[in-house]
Amino acid sequence: MSDGSDLPRESTRDAYGRALVELGARRSDVVVLDADLSGSTRTGWFGEKFPERFFNMGIAEQNMMNVAAGLAMSGKTPFASTFAIFASGRAWEQVRNTVAYPSLPVRICATHAGITVGADGASHQALEDIALMRVIPNMTVIAPKDGPEVERVIPAIVDHDGPVYVRLGRAKVPVLSSEDESFTVGRAQVLRDGGDVAIVACGIMLEPALAAAETLGEQGIQARVINLSTIKPLDEAALAAAAEDCGAVVTAEEHSVIGGMGSAVTEFLSAECPVPVHRIGIMDRFGQSGEPDELLEEYGLDAGTIERAALRVLKK
Amino acid sequence: MRHVADRATSLRCRIIQSTCRAGSGHPGGSLSCADIVALLYFHVLHLDPERPDSEDRDRFILTKGHAAPALYAALAEKGFFPVEELQYLRRLGRMLQGHPDRVRTPGVEASTGSLGQGLSVAAGIAIAGQLDESDWGVYALLGDGELQEGQVWEAAMAASHYGLDNLIAITDYNDLQIDGQLSDVMRVEPLADKWRAFGWDVWTVDGHDLYALDAAVREAQVCGRPAMIIAETVKGRGVSFMEGEASWHGKAPSGEQAEQALLELRGGDADE
Repeated sequence: MSDGSDLPRESTRDAYGRALVELGARRSDVVVLDADLSGSTRTGWFGEKFPERFFNMGIAEQNMMNVAAGLAMSGKTPFASTFAIFASGRAWEQVRNTVAYPSLPVRICATHAGITVGADGASHQALEDIALMRVIPNMTVIAPKDGPEVERVIPAIVDHDGPVYVRLGRAKVPVLSSEDESFTVGRAQVLRDGGDVAIVACGIMLEPALAAAETLGEQGIQARVINLSTIKPLDEAALAAAAEDCGAVVTAEEHSVIGGMGSAVTEFLSAECPVPVHRIGIMDRFGQSGEPDELLEEYGLDAGTIERAALRVLKK
Repeated sequence: MRHVADRATSLRCRIIQSTCRAGSGHPGGSLSCADIVALLYFHVLHLDPERPDSEDRDRFILTKGHAAPALYAALAEKGFFPVEELQYLRRLGRMLQGHPDRVRTPGVEASTGSLGQGLSVAAGIAIAGQLDESDWGVYALLGDGELQEGQVWEAAMAASHYGLDNLIAITDYNDLQIDGQLSDVMRVEPLADKWRAFGWDVWTVDGHDLYALDAAVREAQVCGRPAMIIAETVKGRGVSFMEGEASWHGKAPSGEQAEQALLELRGGDADE
């Protein structure tokens, strides 16, 4: 298995921009809203193609989420985009009360999630968005691993019941998907099989997860690598099988270790099939400016950290 | 307009009865907007209770969601659900939640209660109406204290920017919020100037004068811009001991108080 260095790379936001244009061409009910970041979120590509169905709401995320709610109540299928910190944080209560409580089909596609936002620093690095969104009833939370997965996710959620939060990134990530992959909301994907330890990852952490599995393999430890792109609802069957088969689990996410994907996995496993779990993520601290690669290393979001966690959890 | 006035009185009676029975709720701000709600539901809005989701209906958003008792009374009298349901306001497992819930209650357009969000929802509906070149209108009723929420002004900006001439908002300007007079808690004046500065057409009327309200609504419908009707009202209107008293914002009347209130509202006739 490759460590991803020789694979084609693109950001998940670029794939989102393309998927929206494709969707807009065949679905006239699709409308797109942005909050003055349409160049960065790539919704501007939809806006160029379908200006009558694109609404720039200005720097007013709270209003944007509730305008999207009104559109969803009126037979439209709104996609609302901004940076993850604003989509999940600034507009949280608007999403909670006026989108999710009535279970309106608003698709919140947030870009610039995680520490790999890079140089803009802590104010713009959403490390809490998975926690903030998954705590809301009716909400579906998806963190795709690469561009091709995004292009499968967007058509898959267009008619999904209720609100959906899709977590997208700015950084270019390797294409790990194979040609024949499919995506179903709520279904985890085993990217590499193994029976000694399970590494459950989402988003950009799949690349170091696979790399760690490779190194572990060289030491005779077979790691199962699971892409948990749907964080809510959890694929409980896949997680239970991983815990039973492997007996030890490592989770890896570009998010706080508090409340995120690893927490969701741990909440489930601790109740249903308790096994040792080690969570990799941001250790309860804010980010800072830096290059994405530097930040990933600084915050311990790399293959070496995952490998060490796997060895540690295996000893328990 | 006589029948609308009768409806308004009836709504007020039901507000008193339902909040008294619930033992909690918001009678003050429900009574202040009863004339506005009666005018809309029994004179202005095109609605069909048999087809609550019909495409061509007018949309009404109670953005001051705590005035739910007024909305519920109107919806019940309109036939969206049986009036008997009003006695189960705020009860476990029933349809009439403390604040409007569009999933549980037929006829409720938007789930509201958290102030400042309803005008944005109304703007979203209005945009959808324009996309579909629809004839129906969107009406939103806001509280005056609610205007302290910054999001209201985001929505005001957006409605003007997108030329939402199918959107009519009404402010229930009773000049009282939970902690007291608006001018003491957080001044919102000059209100009409603010809305005009945001690109809206503005009318200021006596919110208990049905003719004046109706005239403003008719002008607003054809003004070609988003419209704001500032309806000057009295909190607790119609019940002497509640009028002008901020303390009746979120407190239910006792049985005795309710009896007194109903007597006053019915002009001395204590029977239903």
